[in-house]
Amino acid sequence: MSILTTTDLGVAFSTESGTVDAVRGVSLHVEPGETLALVGESGSGKSTVALAAMGLLSGNATARGSAVVDGHEVVGAPETALRRLRGSTVSMVFQEPATALDPLTRVGAQIAEVIRNHGDVSASDAAARAVDLLDRVGIPSPAQRAKAFPFQLSGGQRQRVVIAMAIANSPKLLIADEPTTALDVTVQAEILELLRRLAADTGTGVLLVTHNMGVVADFADRVAVMLQGEIVETGGVEDVLLRPQHDYTKRLLAAVPRLAVAPAGAAAPVASVAPVASVDVPDGRHGAAPVVDLRDVSVTFGRGARAVHALQGIDIAVHAGETVGLVGESGSGKSTAARVALGLVKPTSGSVQLFGSDLRTARGRDRRALRSGIGVVLQDPVASLDARMSVAECIAEPLAVHRRGMSSADRRTRIDEVLDAVRLPRTLASRAPRELSGGQRQRVSLARALVLSPRLLVADEPTSALDVSVQETVLEVLRELQDDLGFACLFVSHDLAVVQQFAERVVVMRQGVIEEQGTTDTTLLHPTTDYTRRLLAAVPVPDPVLQRQRRAERLATLAAVDA
Amino acid sequence: MTAQLAPEAPGAASLVQPVASTGWRLAVRRFRHNTLAVIGLVVIVVIVLFCFVGPFLYPTDQTHTQLSQANLGPGAAHWLGTDAVGHDVLGRLMFGGKVSLMVGIAAGILATVVGTLWGSVAGYVGGWVDAVMMRVVDAGIAIPALFILLVISAITTPGVGGLIVILGFVSWLVPSRLIRAETLTLKNRDYVLTLRAIGGSHARAIGKHLLPNSVSTIVVAATFQVADAILLVAYVSYLGLGVQAPATDWGGMLSAGLTAAYSGRWWLIVPPGLAVILVVCAFNAVGDGLRDAFDVRGR
Repeated sequence: MSILTTTDLGVAFSTESGTVDAVRGVSLHVEPGETLALVGESGSGKSTVALAAMGLLSGNATARGSAVVDGHEVVGAPETALRRLRGSTVSMVFQEPATALDPLTRVGAQIAEVIRNHGDVSASDAAARAVDLLDRVGIPSPAQRAKAFPFQLSGGQRQRVVIAMAIANSPKLLIADEPTTALDVTVQAEILELLRRLAADTGTGVLLVTHNMGVVADFADRVAVMLQGEIVETGGVEDVLLRPQHDYTKRLLAAVPRLAVAPAGAAAPVASVAPVASVDVPDGRHGAAPVVDLRDVSVTFGRGARAVHALQGIDIAVHAGETVGLVGESGSGKSTAARVALGLVKPTSGSVQLFGSDLRTARGRDRRALRSGIGVVLQDPVASLDARMSVAECIAEPLAVHRRGMSSADRRTRIDEVLDAVRLPRTLASRAPRELSGGQRQRVSLARALVLSPRLLVADEPTSALDVSVQETVLEVLRELQDDLGFACLFVSHDLAVVQQFAERVVVMRQGVIEEQGTTDTTLLHPTTDYTRRLLAAVPVPDPVLQRQRRAERLATLAAVDA
Repeated sequence: MTAQLAPEAPGAASLVQPVASTGWRLAVRRFRHNTLAVIGLVVIVVIVLFCFVGPFLYPTDQTHTQLSQANLGPGAAHWLGTDAVGHDVLGRLMFGGKVSLMVGIAAGILATVVGTLWGSVAGYVGGWVDAVMMRVVDAGIAIPALFILLVISAITTPGVGGLIVILGFVSWLVPSRLIRAETLTLKNRDYVLTLRAIGGSHARAIGKHLLPNSVSTIVVAATFQVADAILLVAYVSYLGLGVQAPATDWGGMLSAGLTAAYSGRWWLIVPPGLAVILVVCAFNAVGDGLRDAFDVRGR
């Protein structure tokens, strides 16, 4: 019997401006021991389905249809009945481990609390079982770690604790809502491995909510694709990911940036075979002066014992017309490096040359002139545009700073030109940023960055907050514009697949130092450092067959390292 | 073309299309849905009309004492009776209300302006400047306002203008903290970083981004400050340190009427007491309503 069955499930939210049907007619089932992945882009209603299955919908939501968990109807069930179900029969792993744990309670006590909520267990037995659970989720020296507070654990360890809480009462159904989205790829691979093992060991059914097709390929048995509140396609993971039927699934899969991987066992090219030596100098220093040149740059935040060495003697150069991808996991210093290039963070030591002059010694007019050659696109599509300005005012801001004498008619023309360039309709100019979608907002940011025809564009995770199909459009616009206008680009991203597609050279950073750099083809296909190799191996690819093989290889490599 | 092939998934933002297009209209609509705030606004308007237009419709002599008319109960000639020196209480309520409202509103606004300047400079400049400026605020908060007021009143007898300045300068501390916090979050917003990265001036960052975006916080803070200041005026006058006779305000009326209250002349203290409570509650309700109305992210 299915552990979760929803029949014609619908959820409507009543909001200030009317009722919104977020989910319509969703019918799905999860069998014991099976993982069903619910995929879709933001706003598709996938998380709402997960919350409805636990009876955790917010107060302004009404559910219709039926959702049966282990024989118990959840829709319309009284709160007391739901409480008995939650945490024992069905439990949930949320996206953000930092907020899922109580910061003031030791993790062992938090797990013990879950155990005692649902069973008549003595405090000492519960504490012992909590240690046991920490061991099962792979936390080293669990007896000591049980006494730790959440802030003393890393993000990955915290997520392991959250999982320990979720499996504390051996649930029959585990709902995981984007369980690895907030984590780095190497940690993501470990967490997925853990979830897979736990599900296989105990025969737990898993409902996995995710937007990441690589995670689906790595973990799911079956897939349900959601679009605008409805399921458009269901099937086995290989059928859906390799032979999609519905147009939307095809589009979605086509938009996923794929990491090209070297065929297994292929030898790295011998140095002499490497193409055009002048381009292949590791840090790309060929003849002409670079557009931006960071030499031996260190950045330290804070002083004394609390000092954080964000960057430690890094060298990065970006030449005219080229794109350099800056990759690394969180805390690697990639964003700090971009901010140093922008002059927003002063280096503690080392020199920064922008267009051949030192930004630190330039003063007044010269400094402003240098700055007018930079365009900036930052990650957050919401925070990037001032909500109190119109789109036209946002785009015109650099003109207001650097072209004070420009007539308003000229300004108007220029705004229309850049709107055309980023493929947005001119009519958007008078709208408020609030009325735009995330992808449109990022294109407005791009338009603003390009309005002065910069020689250097610094893009810090410009597409990380966007859905894949939107990301594809934004990257395509960016690439076309770069071909037309020939600006150099420093492209910061945690997504290796995007960087591989987009950048000619790549710089891999880790904990404030550069691990390796070189042309994208060499570095990302035949990495020379273990770190880059591990990073690449951890990226899940959206092809279940290939991913299974990669996973086996990765585990074999890790086992070999341990041995 | 991919742009058409890949329709952007409709996020919550596009599904829930706001009816009003500008932020201000949305705020007004939300404010009007808040019954308490609307009542508060009506109460404020009525009391302002009462104090400033009322004397023309119900003229009374508030300068000369008329002992023959002293201590009369409410009746046809004097709707709310008279006080110990023969002033009509209803007229006095209007007369004193003018002072209370003027001083309260002016002091509240002064406090907000000073607090905004102090807090925004501290927040925007940051570093040791921020540390020093905020320690000054901490020190100020550590000294009770009442103590400062008593000391000042012992040295000099302030007029209306002096009272405004003194009250303004004892109550700017809390708004300065609020505005500093707001500035700290705003100055690290991506659009401010972007502006600075392309070489925009600090003046532009403050004038074009920080101030317009903190207007809502400032307006809400001002509303609460006015309520506090009105209460503070009543407080100070009640202790006999406010404006001097024959001028008065609601606190002064309370103070003068207190002894009489024991002899059953309730009309001397109930009207000014109610007036203070009503106005302060009304300003607080309006402040709450404004805060909800401006909170774009809250819904």
